[in-house]
Amino acid sequence: MLNKKHLVLLASAGTLALTGVTTVQADTLEDTRNNGAVQCGVSDGLPGFSSPDDQGNWQGLDVDVCRAVAAAVLGDSEAVDYISLNAVERFTALQSGEVDVLSRNTTWTTTRDTTLGLNFTGVNFYDGIGFMINRDLGVGSAKELDGAAICVQSGTTTELNVADYFRANDMQFDPIVFDTSEQTVGGYQAGRCDVLTSDTSQLAALRIQLDNPKGSMILPEIISKEPLGPVVRQGDDTWFNIVKWSLFAMINAEEYGINSANVDDMLSSEDPNIARILGQSDNYGEAMGLEADWAYNIIKQVGNYGESFDRNVGMDSPLEIERGVNALWTEGGIQYAPPIR
Amino acid sequence: MSVRPNARPVGQKPPFWRDRAKRALIFQLLLVAAVAAFLLYIVGNTQANLEARGITTGFGFLSNTAGFGIVQTLVDYSSQSTYGRTFLVGLLNTLLVGGLGVLAATIIGFTVGIARLSPNWLLARLANGYIEIFRNIPLLLQIFFWYFAVLRTLPSARDSLAFGEAVFLNVRGLYLPEPLFESGFGIIPATFLVAIIASIVLVVWNKRRQDATGKRLPAGWISLLLIFGLPLLALVATGVPVTWDMPELRGFNFRGGITIIPEFLALWLALSIYTASFIAEIVRSGIQAISHGQTEAAQALSLPRKLVLRLVIIPQALRVIIPPLTSQYLNLIKNSSLATAIGYPDLVSVFAGTTLNQTGQAIEVIAMTMAVYLTISLLVSMFMNWFNARVALVER
Repeated sequence: MLNKKHLVLLASAGTLALTGVTTVQADTLEDTRNNGAVQCGVSDGLPGFSSPDDQGNWQGLDVDVCRAVAAAVLGDSEAVDYISLNAVERFTALQSGEVDVLSRNTTWTTTRDTTLGLNFTGVNFYDGIGFMINRDLGVGSAKELDGAAICVQSGTTTELNVADYFRANDMQFDPIVFDTSEQTVGGYQAGRCDVLTSDTSQLAALRIQLDNPKGSMILPEIISKEPLGPVVRQGDDTWFNIVKWSLFAMINAEEYGINSANVDDMLSSEDPNIARILGQSDNYGEAMGLEADWAYNIIKQVGNYGESFDRNVGMDSPLEIERGVNALWTEGGIQYAPPIR
Repeated sequence: MSVRPNARPVGQKPPFWRDRAKRALIFQLLLVAAVAAFLLYIVGNTQANLEARGITTGFGFLSNTAGFGIVQTLVDYSSQSTYGRTFLVGLLNTLLVGGLGVLAATIIGFTVGIARLSPNWLLARLANGYIEIFRNIPLLLQIFFWYFAVLRTLPSARDSLAFGEAVFLNVRGLYLPEPLFESGFGIIPATFLVAIIASIVLVVWNKRRQDATGKRLPAGWISLLLIFGLPLLALVATGVPVTWDMPELRGFNFRGGITIIPEFLALWLALSIYTASFIAEIVRSGIQAISHGQTEAAQALSLPRKLVLRLVIIPQALRVIIPPLTSQYLNLIKNSSLATAIGYPDLVSVFAGTTLNQTGQAIEVIAMTMAVYLTISLLVSMFMNWFNARVALVER
C-alpha cells in the first residue's frame, strides 16, 4: 500500500523528468486505438461505483463511464483496462499517463480542476457528505456530534468538508485518518471512532458490508456538495470532448427514451432528436474523430444513464439509492445534458 | 622488481596527461560536471513538463490554508492553519515517535543484550527467545499486531479499563491526568537544576580527592538523593502548587487530561521492540568481542566485579557497539514512516499523504519529505560519530 503509492509518485516524477517537452498535445485517441483498450482508473473497490463482481468483472456507475468511452472509441464496451487506484494515487496516475480517464467517484473542485493539470468532464453522480453512526449511541442529528471521533479516508474532500462543518457549528472532533475505505470501516467497526463519514452514496455501499448493517444508521444531514465525475488530462481537447460527450450521450438517451433494449427499433424513429443522437441524420462523431454510430454503441452496449443508475446504485441494486437530485431535469432532478446537435 | 628508468631529463615536468594525480583530478571534474549537467537537465525538463501540462509548481502552497484536522498535534493547530504548519505538526509527530522509540529501544536492547549473557539459564533463554521472535517478524506485521490484535480489542470508551479513577484505557487510547502548574511552581525546576549542578561538582571533587588521597565517597548515591530529594523537598515546602486535570467521560469521549492515541502506542511499541532485538544482539556481540583475558587481568588487579564491567569491559565494548547502533537508530527513525499504515499522523501521513493529495504538488511535497528524513538521519549520524570518536580507543 505504502510502497505502491510511493512507486506511483516516483514513477510520475520520473516520467515528468525524462519525457521530452515536445509531446504537449498528446493524441490519446490515437494511442487508445493502437492499444485496443481504454486505460481507465477506478476505485479500489466501492460497490455500486466500481468494484469487481464474483467473476472478476468490474461493475458500477463509474465503470459504465469507462465502458461508454470504450464503446464510443473502439465500438466495444469491454475493451477497457481497469486500473485500481486509491484516493491518494488517483491524480498522479492520471497526470503521469498511467490512466487516460479517471472515473473514480472524484469530487469536482476548483483546486483539482485548475492546479493539477486536469479537467473534469461532467457529473455522473451528485453526492454529498453524510455521517454514519451506531444506533446505540442514540444520536439523531449531526449537530449532536460535538467531541466525536470520526473515521475519514485520507486525501478526500471529506477530510476538508468535515473540518469545515465542525468549525462552522463550533464543535470539536478527532479526525482518525486512514488510507483506504476498508481501513476506515475497520476503525469504525472496532469502535476506534464513533462516526464514519464519506459521501452518502459510499456510506450506503459501506453499510451493507458491515457485520451488522441494521446496527448503524446514516444521519439525515448532508453537509456538502460533492459532484462526482470523470476526469481527463489537460491539453488533449479531442479526448476531453469524447469523454464529456460519452456521458452526455447516456443522459440524452434517457431523456429521449432510448435504452439498450429499444435502440435498434429507435434507429428508424421519426424524432429528429433521436435520429441525431443515433447518427442517422448527421455524423456528430466525426469532429471527435469517431464513427457516426458512437452514441448508438454506447446505448446498445452500456445503456442509458437511468439504466446504468438503476442497475448499479438504484433500486435494482443492493444499495437502493433514490434517484433524488440525480433524476433528469425533466423529472425533478438536476441531471441535464447539453443537446446533441 | 626493477626500478623504471627515468627517460626524461631531470627537472623537466611531465605533460599533465602523463601525471597520474592530475589525470585523476581531471576525470573527477568531468564526472562531477556530467552529474551536474544531468541534474540540471532533469530539473529544467521537469519544470517545463509540469508547466506544459498546466500543473502548478512552487512552494507557494505552504502558506495556503490546510483545511483539515489532525488528531495528535504537539503545537497549536486547527483546520485554519497553513500547509506549512501541517508540515511542522507532521515533523514533530515523527520526531516524537522516533525519539521515544530510540530511547525505549536502547533501554530494552541493552537490558536484553546483557540478559542474554547472564549465567542464569532461564534469563538467557528468555532473552534469546525475545531476540529470535521479534527480529524475524517483519516490522509492518508487528505494527499491525499491536494495533489490530492488541489495541483494537480493548473495550469501548464507556466500558474503559479504569485505574484508580485517574487513568483510563480503551480502544480510543490511554487517558492520563495532566498536571497543571500554578504560580510558584518555577522553584521546583530551579532546585532540580541546582541539584544537578551540585551533583556534577560533587562527582568531580570526589574523583580529584580519590586521585589524591585514595579515599572516596559513594558520590553516585548522594547525587541521586540530591537530584530527587531536593525538588521533592521544595515541592512539599511550597505546598504542592500542582493541580491535576483528570480525564472525564463527557459525551462520546474522555475529555481533559492527556490522551495517548492507540496509533502512537502501536507504532511506538512495535518500533521499540523490533529495533531492541537488533540492539540486543549488537550489545551482546560488543561485550563478547572483548577478550576474556581483559576480565581476568582486571580481576587479577583485585577490582570488584562491578568495576570490572564499568571500567574495563563496557568502555571497550562501546567501541564495537556504537557504529552498528547508529544504523539501528537511523533505521528506527526511517521505519517510523510506516505510520501511514495505521493512520498515525506522522510526516508521511499528513504531509506526503493528505497535503500532497489536497494540493497535488507531488514533486515539491515528496522532495521536502525526503529532505527531512535525510536531514534527521545525517544529524543522528553526526552526533553518533562524535560520540564514537569520544569513546574510541586512543592508540598511541
